[in-house]
Amino acid sequence: MSYEGEKMIKKAFVKVMLKEEVLDSQGKAVLSVLKSSGYNNVKDVRIGKYIELTIDLDILNKSAEGKTYTMEEEIEEISGKILSNPLIEEFNIEIKNKK
Amino acid sequence: MNNNRIKAGITVFPGSNCDFDVYYVLNDIFGLNTSYIWHKDKINDMRSYDFIVIPGGFSYGDYLRSGALAARGLIMESLKDYAANGGIILGICNGFQILLEAGLLAGAMLTNNSLRFECKDVYLNVLKDDTPFTCDIKKGSILRMPIAHHDGNYFAAHDIIQDFNKNDNIIFKYCDSAGEPTEDSNPNGSLLNIAGIIGENFNIMGLMPHPERSSEKLMGSEDGGYIFKSIIKYIKGK
Repeated sequence: MSYEGEKMIKKAFVKVMLKEEVLDSQGKAVLSVLKSSGYNNVKDVRIGKYIELTIDLDILNKSAEGKTYTMEEEIEEISGKILSNPLIEEFNIEIKNKK
Repeated sequence: MNNNRIKAGITVFPGSNCDFDVYYVLNDIFGLNTSYIWHKDKINDMRSYDFIVIPGGFSYGDYLRSGALAARGLIMESLKDYAANGGIILGICNGFQILLEAGLLAGAMLTNNSLRFECKDVYLNVLKDDTPFTCDIKKGSILRMPIAHHDGNYFAAHDIIQDFNKNDNIIFKYCDSAGEPTEDSNPNGSLLNIAGIIGENFNIMGLMPHPERSSEKLMGSEDGGYIFKSIIKYIKGK
């Protein structure tokens, strides 16, 4: 936990990837370039997004709907509802003390 | 009812860029009473509009995912109420992507399998003519309209497609000039050549091609105009 003045700040890192069963056209294109560049041992490439959220724990509980969240619940909801589209993507969350 | 008694609304998000084109077609070509709806506004009276168009463009610069940020905008709450009350909504291109992201239509858009921005005329096979959007078009007709998109590769899980087949939700398929939905005629890799779908209550439709760019002779095709003519016919017949 780190402090900015009196505030408690944490960081959440959200990784969003296309689901395995969804064709990743970008990954396929990069794979074909790697192969034509001689890197024949590369068998697959998947491309995703990496998103950093900086969270102020002091105002965490004051959500718009007046719902009480833990930070983990809030990040989970943000990731599932907005940062990823559950029809085609999956996400992974990592929470760290702010550096 | 004169055409000018029909009230059409066009939503405007930061980055919408087909809003003027849709306005021109509805207001100037078809003579409708047309107005813009800013994305921060609310629709207080559902009777203010006979139908609403979500136009194409790059709302919020396509950040995160095409349509994702616009789909969470203030106006979408009103549009969800409007839709639940049977209101007619047409989403074109980015408007289609917004409807998908908002959950008003099922499925999602992936990047075109060509990885290119595809900008060309395509042929569409009309699979349904008993909807507000196609009631002035004969089933089986082939329409020519332009597409212009990077993320138009329609994707849906197996259960959604099963529901589509059961409920008849696929309304347009990319096809060749003879009406066959071939692989070569599919410009973006869309599942089953899907170019447009309609919601379960048949009041919400999304399509990737641009009917507003093919609504008068000058533009090389008037085929897109049949979609607007259908909506007008449907509203007049209500």
